[in-house]
Amino acid sequence: MQIGVNMKNAIVEIKDVNKVYGVNHIVKDLNLTVYEGEFLTLLGSSGCGKTTTLRMIAGFEEQTSGSILVQGEDIASKAPFERDVNTVFQSYALFPHMNVYDNVAYGLKIKKIKKAEIKKRVMDMLDLVQLGGFEKRFPSNLSGGQKQRVAIARALINKPKVLLLDEPLGALDLKLRKQMQLELKRLQKKLNITFIYVTHDQEEALSMSDRVAIMHQGVLEQVDIPYNIYENPKTKFVATFIGETNLFEGYVKEINGSEVSVVIESGIIKGKGNDFSLNEMIAVSVRPERMKYSLTPVEGFTIEAVVKEQVYVGATLKTIAILPNGSEVKLERLAGQALPLEGTVFLYWENEDAKLIHSPDQTFYDAVENIKLG
Amino acid sequence: MTKHNLKSNTVPAVVMVGPVALWLSFFVAIPLLYVLVMSFCSIDEHYNVIFKFTLVNYQRLFNPNYVQIYGQSILIAFLTTLICILLAYPFTMFISRTLSNKKTILYMLVIIPFWTNSLIRIYGWKTFLGSTGWLNTTLMHLHLIDKPLDLLYNRGTTVLGMVYCLFPFMVLPLYTVLEKLDQNLLEASSDLGAKGHTTFFKIVLPLSVSGIFSGSIMVFIPTLGYFFVSDILGGGNTDLIGNLIERQFQSGNNWSLGAALSIILILITLLLVKLYQKCGGDMDNLGV
Repeated sequence: MQIGVNMKNAIVEIKDVNKVYGVNHIVKDLNLTVYEGEFLTLLGSSGCGKTTTLRMIAGFEEQTSGSILVQGEDIASKAPFERDVNTVFQSYALFPHMNVYDNVAYGLKIKKIKKAEIKKRVMDMLDLVQLGGFEKRFPSNLSGGQKQRVAIARALINKPKVLLLDEPLGALDLKLRKQMQLELKRLQKKLNITFIYVTHDQEEALSMSDRVAIMHQGVLEQVDIPYNIYENPKTKFVATFIGETNLFEGYVKEINGSEVSVVIESGIIKGKGNDFSLNEMIAVSVRPERMKYSLTPVEGFTIEAVVKEQVYVGATLKTIAILPNGSEVKLERLAGQALPLEGTVFLYWENEDAKLIHSPDQTFYDAVENIKLG
Repeated sequence: MTKHNLKSNTVPAVVMVGPVALWLSFFVAIPLLYVLVMSFCSIDEHYNVIFKFTLVNYQRLFNPNYVQIYGQSILIAFLTTLICILLAYPFTMFISRTLSNKKTILYMLVIIPFWTNSLIRIYGWKTFLGSTGWLNTTLMHLHLIDKPLDLLYNRGTTVLGMVYCLFPFMVLPLYTVLEKLDQNLLEASSDLGAKGHTTFFKIVLPLSVSGIFSGSIMVFIPTLGYFFVSDILGGGNTDLIGNLIERQFQSGNNWSLGAALSIILILITLLLVKLYQKCGGDMDNLGV
């Protein structure tokens, strides 16, 4: 799981940034470092503050507090037109009264670069985004994918230190999206420009990025390589947001080396983890495909379940089982391995398949109190 | 087509369009045709229109005095349009960028005065600017001037009245265009290194040209015909084509000549609208 990016040279540093609109705290104490040549994705559902963060880097929004540094220089006092970053907008924002050539040449013309050089660079850039021969077309005569390419070319031609992309593929259909994802990745590698990419599509984020930063309600939950985001979620939100998971909440009853026993409402479960302490309240995340069952009790686990329904979805079989407290557990198994529909099954998993998460929140404390009282 | 279909399509169409069509025929089409016919008619010694074909009315249109008035009309219309653009553009830009609740208030401030008869409002200007008007009286009381300023009855006052009357007709189409302007385009321009004024000249202005254009049409054309403004504020010193026409039908009592002048005004109007269309103007924008 190599990152493949030199993590030494920070290009964008976001330090203790907050953004408040009236009573809404959009971005909370954000700290994030983006490295040179990296493809970093800000992932989260709408309203999580990812676009606001991007707009603060671009200069369209001003942070309420904190600082943003590009190559070590605080850019707070710089207007968007003075910043060495360029943006690709979700709506493309192509100038409708200019043809493709003039759109792409816009930034260079403003920099008063010689005509001959502009021409050469525009043509090269259009070739790079596979739009050679389109220079005389107007945006109204382009398809969504073509518009997006022009928008990318228009931004990249300025050789920005960082390219900011705000859900650039959001308006495209699925097939075109997949194609553009690959193309963006190719461009990024070829030009070796740092990309900060905003999306709400987790598959897109996981497949394209060197690192993914997950935001939730203005808080940066976890920044990590895609593998760790899925396999080693650091927060309950990340565990539930990325893919499907079963989340159990309880307190640590016993620690045996790296093996941790946890008491939950429906029994005792196990997992593997370090830096947890006795009686600490934690959450345990187990992916449906890692869940196992047995017809006889398994050592270390005391959770019983009854199958509620089983759905065949092609390669796999999705099962929903009910725990004694009424909560549902999801299992995903190969199609040939159906669970018995009658009677009780004993659920378990391999220790390393359970991810233990520190989880100090109030609903959880209440749940634990109930266990103790019960 | 079955009989039933024919009936169900025709009857509602006739019911809906019929009254309007009748209204337009009786009060627009037929009178206009009558004007056209009259412009080719002679008048007898008692100034009555007689149906005898002549081109004399059209020949008289080339009278140097009249030609001078056409020139003056076009000059005044041009000045009015130019001043309207210069005043309305920043104003509309400002409205279109304010928050929506304040936007409505500002917008209404432009509209509400125009629920009052324009004749009354023009008389208002007269009382305000006259030699014993508010402005002169106030300035005299403040001892800023010794004798009343001669503010009325010149070309400037006529232009002032025109601008005042026609200002909203510039604001409305401009507002439509500037309101629709995608803010992302301005951000994109800034993002690509353009300063405020560059963004204005390269993005905002070119994209609002259609609004300026329809506004200009809607100001320029009425200016040629708003005779009461030049009558009241220009005091007969700044005649427009409109005044010329009005005089032929009133004091001059030469309806045939008035008709010929009207036809010319209509032709100029049509020509301008045609020009507007040629330049890619959107007819819908004129309907605001």
